[in-house]
Amino acid sequence: MHRFVVPLVFMLLLPLSAQAVEPDEMLADPVLEERARVISKDLRCVVCQNQDIDSSNAGVARDLRLLVRERLLEGDSNNQVMAYIQARYGDYVLLKPPFKPSTYALWGTPIALTLIALLFGLNIVLRGRRKSALPELTEAEERQVAKFIDNEKSGDPS
Amino acid sequence: MKRILAFAPLVIAVIFGGFFLWGLNPNRDPSEIPSVLIEQPAPEFELAAVEGLQTPGLSRADLTGHDRPIVLNVFASWCVPCRAEHTVLTNLVERDGIRLFGINYKDKPKDAVRWLANLGNPYERIGSDLNGRIGIEWGISGVPESFIIGTDGTVLFRYVGPVVGDEAIAKFREALTQAGALEERNS
Amino acid sequence: MTPEFGHFALALALALALVQSVLPILGAARGNLMWMRSARALSVAQLLFVGLAFAALMRAFTVSDFTVLNVAENSHSLKPMLYKVAATWGSHEGSLLLWVLILTAFGAAVSFFGSNIPEPLKARTLSVQAWISVGFLSFMLLTSNPFERLFPPPIDGNDLNPLLQDVGLAMHPPLLYLGYVGFSIVFSFAVAALLEGRIDTAWARWVRPWTLAAWMSLTAGIALGSWWAYYELGWGGWWFWDPVENVSFMPWLLGTALLHSAIVTEKRDAFKSWTILLAILTFSLSLLGTFVVRSGLLTSVHAFAVDPERGLYILMLLALSIGGSLALFAWRAPMMEAGGLFKPVSREAGLLVNNLILAAATGTVLFGTLYPLFLEAVTGDKISVGPPFFNASFIPMMLPLVFVMGLGPYLSWKRADLAGVFQRLRFVAILSVLGVLAIWYMTMGGPVLAYLSILLAIWLFLATLREWALRIRLFDVSFKEALRRARNLPRATHGMTMAHAGLAVAIFGFVGSSAWKSEQVVFVGPGSNIFIAGFDVTFEGVQRLSGPNYFADRGTLVVRRDGEIVTMLYPERRTFPVAQSSTTESAIRSTLAGDLYASIAAPASEDAEESGAWTLRILYEPLVNFIWIGSFMLVLGGGLSLSDRRLRVGAPRRRTIDATTSVPAE
Repeated sequence: MHRFVVPLVFMLLLPLSAQAVEPDEMLADPVLEERARVISKDLRCVVCQNQDIDSSNAGVARDLRLLVRERLLEGDSNNQVMAYIQARYGDYVLLKPPFKPSTYALWGTPIALTLIALLFGLNIVLRGRRKSALPELTEAEERQVAKFIDNEKSGDPS
Repeated sequence: MKRILAFAPLVIAVIFGGFFLWGLNPNRDPSEIPSVLIEQPAPEFELAAVEGLQTPGLSRADLTGHDRPIVLNVFASWCVPCRAEHTVLTNLVERDGIRLFGINYKDKPKDAVRWLANLGNPYERIGSDLNGRIGIEWGISGVPESFIIGTDGTVLFRYVGPVVGDEAIAKFREALTQAGALEERNS
Repeated sequence: MTPEFGHFALALALALALVQSVLPILGAARGNLMWMRSARALSVAQLLFVGLAFAALMRAFTVSDFTVLNVAENSHSLKPMLYKVAATWGSHEGSLLLWVLILTAFGAAVSFFGSNIPEPLKARTLSVQAWISVGFLSFMLLTSNPFERLFPPPIDGNDLNPLLQDVGLAMHPPLLYLGYVGFSIVFSFAVAALLEGRIDTAWARWVRPWTLAAWMSLTAGIALGSWWAYYELGWGGWWFWDPVENVSFMPWLLGTALLHSAIVTEKRDAFKSWTILLAILTFSLSLLGTFVVRSGLLTSVHAFAVDPERGLYILMLLALSIGGSLALFAWRAPMMEAGGLFKPVSREAGLLVNNLILAAATGTVLFGTLYPLFLEAVTGDKISVGPPFFNASFIPMMLPLVFVMGLGPYLSWKRADLAGVFQRLRFVAILSVLGVLAIWYMTMGGPVLAYLSILLAIWLFLATLREWALRIRLFDVSFKEALRRARNLPRATHGMTMAHAGLAVAIFGFVGSSAWKSEQVVFVGPGSNIFIAGFDVTFEGVQRLSGPNYFADRGTLVVRRDGEIVTMLYPERRTFPVAQSSTTESAIRSTLAGDLYASIAAPASEDAEESGAWTLRILYEPLVNFIWIGSFMLVLGGGLSLSDRRLRVGAPRRRTIDATTSVPAE
């Protein structure tokens, strides 16, 4: 794992493309291996810019992948494995932020924004209803409108 | 109400702007990850000596019970910046009497022995972390990294990257002084 | 001399922009037609000089003039010509120049094609556009001069990051910038309208083509970037919710909302202040993207060289443009009258739902992207907000939108008959359920969310097509008559059908390639066999080849199905000695059903490497091509809509359109 001084002149500090998880790291048990892949995809590589350890070729990422599999073989649940790594690297490694006081605001955002949007929408619609003293059309007028619309739709100049 | 609503976007934008301004602080490194070990007891570990080296191995027990806080340095012969840092560490040991312990991280013992033979060995004890597992226990993200550990085994400070250059050395020395590992001098 | 000439041209452009930022708007205030009309010559001249500067920089790249710092740092004499040209916008300075070029091009385009726009509005709009020009030209001249000289010049350049030496990515920034910067003109229109204090249906109609053009480019730019990530990064993903991806996605989301709310403003004279706000915010988010990418504020896989000083300058520009326009909005918006009334069930209400969901989703992405920064500022804690958060929050918000999208076009303006709409959609609903059951039967297992998304995608697709069929009475009248009706339909209607259906198609791709993707990662040597998704893949070996500025290890794979050879795949690993990095050139067999995707790499562990093995990664991504087809349909839909003759000719003089004479439903 070399710590490189990334040449600042490059437009993008891109990840070295694909190396990611390697066959010799994988577990023989397909169920455990699948769980390992799922866990690895939710753990952030600590030396890369913004990547999960499953798709990172950094040395530490590889070590962590091996560690994840070792813990799984020892019978840890997915959550226990995550907790094990979180205990050593902090919340930073969790791509899915933990639900706790410091992230209530984050997890609450989609719900709060949806509610605000709902209130906003209801307000507009109800205001429209209150004000809409639009007189109902008579039956004859309705027919006239329907005919007009039909003509418009068919593209006939009416 | 309408008026307040019309102001809302501006207010939100200003708040965001404040955070951006804070985020541009040149001393802030967005990719720096704080160690969870600070103020926590050092992790349990036990590492054998580097094969072919006289220096004994390292375990957690070796880090505690000293009269002053000590420095634990994670290094490797393949790590280029470690070479530059080596001089700084040697100086700290020889001139300032710092006690230095090492973890040789994912290194071939042969390479490590040669490296230390060439550059000198300022470490009291060196544990060989062949597979990098103990590195994970310490939450390291790369080499070199240096920790200052209190007499009771509490991790007091972590420095990521080589302690090289005046600024880094000053920062590290200040941390050492604060920990009580280094007496303030007038030099 | 050319670089100095380019530098000088930029300085001249700045001078022109300064004049343009004052004279026309003063003219508009004083009713001086001459001053107002000066905008035309000024904006064209500005474009000319920025264009000359751009050409000068491009020339420096094409002739590999390493006395220019920017060229030395980002190019190499051995690089293929295409990438020398593309390197012009490969660096921070160069891309900024491209940004400004597009900005001035849009300004010139408005003064050129906007003959139907009243002079005062046009003059104000172009002045506002010039304010943005002044900001970015001065930023470039003061902090990021692309023409900086280097002495002594190096013998050869540093080369462009090899990952970027790719046709897809060469075109990605220009398209993305066309989108980002295209929204600048909409922003300028909005600010000009606020200054005039008047927004009406005519305004919305003038703005629409520009919004559409920007939106199309942004759509194409994002899709292209995503496609590039898919085939170049080598692990088959196409969207990572990376901060830099998010900042390009947010203007798209809000731009989509703008596109729809502007329709309401145009047809019904309603949602006026909302449309203005969206116009301002969409461009603000584009600016935010520019800021985030160049300031090092967030950690991302894609980012320019980090420089706090530049960051501070852009932040200042942001504060002036966003802060100023929002303050103007806060002052003027309450004076705008609410327009046409509508019932809770109506086309307007449907579009309102569209806007609210898109705005809430944009807010979620924005907050999620910036939350690590907020938290760090407040508590010092560092957290990561990654794909799991966005998938869990964004996708559920989008599902109701997709549902409403199916209904929307059936609703008539002002008030609609929901029961009647459902009546007409009964068949579509039944077919959607049957369709998803069939898919469930074929796949046998997958996330519930995947089936739900597929259900809604079928619903949207069928409902959209049925609406189009009803419009031309496809099954009621003779085919010839239906065709005649189709021809008579406004192009914008076809555009909407195409774009909505395109989104449905893209959703198939999103879901298929994420829920039913299969993957094999194995060490291979000559003769190794891998079975995946019904294919039998044989690895023949690796050959060393040499390219212009790289050498490549090319693997040969024979793909068989039922014993028959289907295709050969040649994934490559390219190593660029000058740039000291390597890229993966994946090999893909594309079919509509799915992609068979192969990439090779040297194994990470030394033992495996010594044994001569290669790491072969084979993926099967079902339906992934639907993403690109759907994206193309979105762009095409935008194009159809843009080509609508109502937008081009006979656009209205400013007049109030009587609600009763407007087209009732379309």
